[in-house]
Amino acid sequence: MRLEIIPVMVSEEQIKQAANDLDQHVEEMINWHFSPESGCPFWLNWAKEQDFNPLKEVRTFAELCNKFPYFEDEWLRDLPNKVWVPQAFADRPFNIFETGGTTGMPKQRIGWDDFRIDYTAFSKTLNDEHFPRDHYWLMVGPTGPRRLRLAIEHLANERGCSCYFVDLDPRWVKRLIATQQFDQARAYMDHVVEQALTIIKNREISALFTTPKLLEALAERRDLVSAGIKGVFCGGTTMDRQYARFLQEEVCEGGKIGFVPTYGNTLMGLARHHPFGPENDYSIAYYAPQPRAVLRVIDTGNGKPVEYNHWGRVELTTLTKEFFMPRFLERDEAIRREPWTEAPWDGVAEIRPFGAMEKKIVEGVY
Amino acid sequence: MKQAPHLPSLRLGKPYCSLNQSEVLDYRDGSVRATLSQVNPGVIRRDLKEVGQARAALQKFSTAELLEISRQAGEFFLHEELPVGEAGELQSPQEYLETLSSTSGLPHIMVRRNMEKIHHALTHMDTILNGLTRGLDVEVLDRGYGEQSGSPVCFHPTTKALGLVMPSNSPAVNSLWLPAIPLKIPVIMKPGKDEPWTPYRLMQAFIKAGCPAKAFGFYPTDHEGAADILRLCDRALIFGDKSTTDQYAGNPGVQVHGPGFSKVLIGDDEIENWPDYLDLIVASISDNGGRSCINASAIIVPKYAKEIADALGQKLGPIKPLAMNDPNAVLSGFANPKMAEWIDSAIDTDLLESGAYDATAPYRDGPRQVKAEGGTYLRPTIIACESIEHPLANREFLCPYASVVEVPQSEMLDKIGPTLVVSALTKSESFKRELLLDPRIERLNVGPISTMKISWDQPHEGNLFEFLYKRRSIGLAA
Repeated sequence: MRLEIIPVMVSEEQIKQAANDLDQHVEEMINWHFSPESGCPFWLNWAKEQDFNPLKEVRTFAELCNKFPYFEDEWLRDLPNKVWVPQAFADRPFNIFETGGTTGMPKQRIGWDDFRIDYTAFSKTLNDEHFPRDHYWLMVGPTGPRRLRLAIEHLANERGCSCYFVDLDPRWVKRLIATQQFDQARAYMDHVVEQALTIIKNREISALFTTPKLLEALAERRDLVSAGIKGVFCGGTTMDRQYARFLQEEVCEGGKIGFVPTYGNTLMGLARHHPFGPENDYSIAYYAPQPRAVLRVIDTGNGKPVEYNHWGRVELTTLTKEFFMPRFLERDEAIRREPWTEAPWDGVAEIRPFGAMEKKIVEGVY
Repeated sequence: MKQAPHLPSLRLGKPYCSLNQSEVLDYRDGSVRATLSQVNPGVIRRDLKEVGQARAALQKFSTAELLEISRQAGEFFLHEELPVGEAGELQSPQEYLETLSSTSGLPHIMVRRNMEKIHHALTHMDTILNGLTRGLDVEVLDRGYGEQSGSPVCFHPTTKALGLVMPSNSPAVNSLWLPAIPLKIPVIMKPGKDEPWTPYRLMQAFIKAGCPAKAFGFYPTDHEGAADILRLCDRALIFGDKSTTDQYAGNPGVQVHGPGFSKVLIGDDEIENWPDYLDLIVASISDNGGRSCINASAIIVPKYAKEIADALGQKLGPIKPLAMNDPNAVLSGFANPKMAEWIDSAIDTDLLESGAYDATAPYRDGPRQVKAEGGTYLRPTIIACESIEHPLANREFLCPYASVVEVPQSEMLDKIGPTLVVSALTKSESFKRELLLDPRIERLNVGPISTMKISWDQPHEGNLFEFLYKRRSIGLAA
């Protein structure tokens, strides 16, 4: 089945409304995180050292971008988790989630309900044809200390499904590749794929969450359509236009399996994709779950968004009651895309590791 | 000027335009002469699952039919317009010659000679197969068994496809894989980055001559794709430098074509006649722009090293870049000028170690690396070395380069190391016997024969038939 992409122009009114909603949300979040009765120690202390008062001077997203410097992700590694606990959550134990990491102390984000809120919202973007309700899912990818593991299970549960898991340790894969132990990396990937195929063979699975490379490897060993897979929810590494086309046309057999690429991480949540196909040269654009998270494509020289359809660095702002993270520079670059009717704000397309054209980036099977 | 064509990938014969494309650039001004579809490695892995069909398509032909197809393909390659590009554009032999020259830096005259070599290989494929199989009746390959020299023989293919990771340095290197087609083995190729032209044209010539298109995989790809070709084809050829050679050493499924370190040896009995051999040595060093693994890169003599180096310097030193279409052009431009810079600097750095000097320098009237005719060139370089242990004594570079080293004849074979071609200038029976017994020489020329002279009926670098087929014992009930 070929994806029908019907271009619907987003109206100025929709864009304006979304911007107003965002501004209103920013105001609410600033009030929350910088008020002693609800904020966390880190931001309250941080504000004392600044020459501006967020509560008075930051009421819109534009003001947030003007006033706040880039978020320093080392804070998430070096500071104790408790400094990030908002007063309103002080009486509840928190989950600790870690980002990818390779060696040394990983960066951590704490949370309570955000992953459920984010993934419940995301569930509405999935269709029942490719992600049937009341059935079974399989996640093949990084579990361990990652938010993703609980989030995927919640997403499956949200749709009445239960989820099987096969773990992949991306830190180990990155280390193998960085030390050029390619045979070991391949052997580890085979080990993961074999476990997944065993589950697929012996249990009824209709939906998969995995990384692009693992999806490819699974499809090389087993006809996924005849195995009963109806939908694939995929994220984790770069998908350029050719790779996206290949996965959709060949691995997912041109629509027999619904292919849902996503962009997300522990710090943001999940960005949905704009439909893609030959009509837009398989360029996948992702749209953040605004207003809870905002993605911009910026020129790091001046901190301003680049022109539409130009490359720039991806900047993430997370705005939830559990976590406030303004202007975090992701290790990715992307093309800035126009707002879309389903998400009338900027999109980020063809995401790849920052500097990918200049240097070799270790991504490996993950 | 015509618009630069786009060369699609050939997925078991089917053209496939990738959304990722690379550019093949003119070595002089960097203008785009073609774009190439770059496929992701998954495409290759997926196609290789179907490669049995490609071999089955070739199996439908008899070897005799495929030999005739090869002969016709040779004629088409040399004389006819053939498709190039996704839009069905045609490329004449002259356009092929000029375009290849513009992206590889090879002068027209050298491209022409390479074309003739390939043509010769295709039109004499029966002779080549006869040499590879040592006279096996080709019908034995069709039946799978038969007799040879009165003994029963049976051969089975060792692979469903021959994997190829090709270089960009010289078009005639493609002649190495051509016998795979009459041997009924499809080819899965990653072409050289700067030289997609020759393999693409060869594949089109075969297809026009009636060969099943399925037999050809043409996959411009990245390192991972190349590694997959080598890993997933049970038999593969790769061309590369010493690090590549080392990486695949001991892997019986990968035949590595690395540096040749070819040499001219002069025996004690002929050393007094060295001036008579100068032209032969010059040709061994500089033919084909000094780019082949069969070019001599060391001249090993029992004495007169300085005199010989000086004489070679006088002959080679003054050679300059000429226009691409000049029939007297000897030097090739560099498609990648950084490679020229690296070679130039590597030679200069190693010259800092005592015991060697550049014998061409006095006759070169300028630096080794020059910008000329719009491109970057390295002028010929002869290094006189006092010892074979000197870092420049046994090196190979992508230009006319050779060392001249004095080594007593009695020590020569112990010291030369693995050598693709040895041209031994001697009439001494005892030296000849020693040479014949040496296992490190792949091809041995005895007497005044250039290292560049190879025989199509004798494989000089691995035997493709023995690589692609294995003999087994067979018993058939009456």
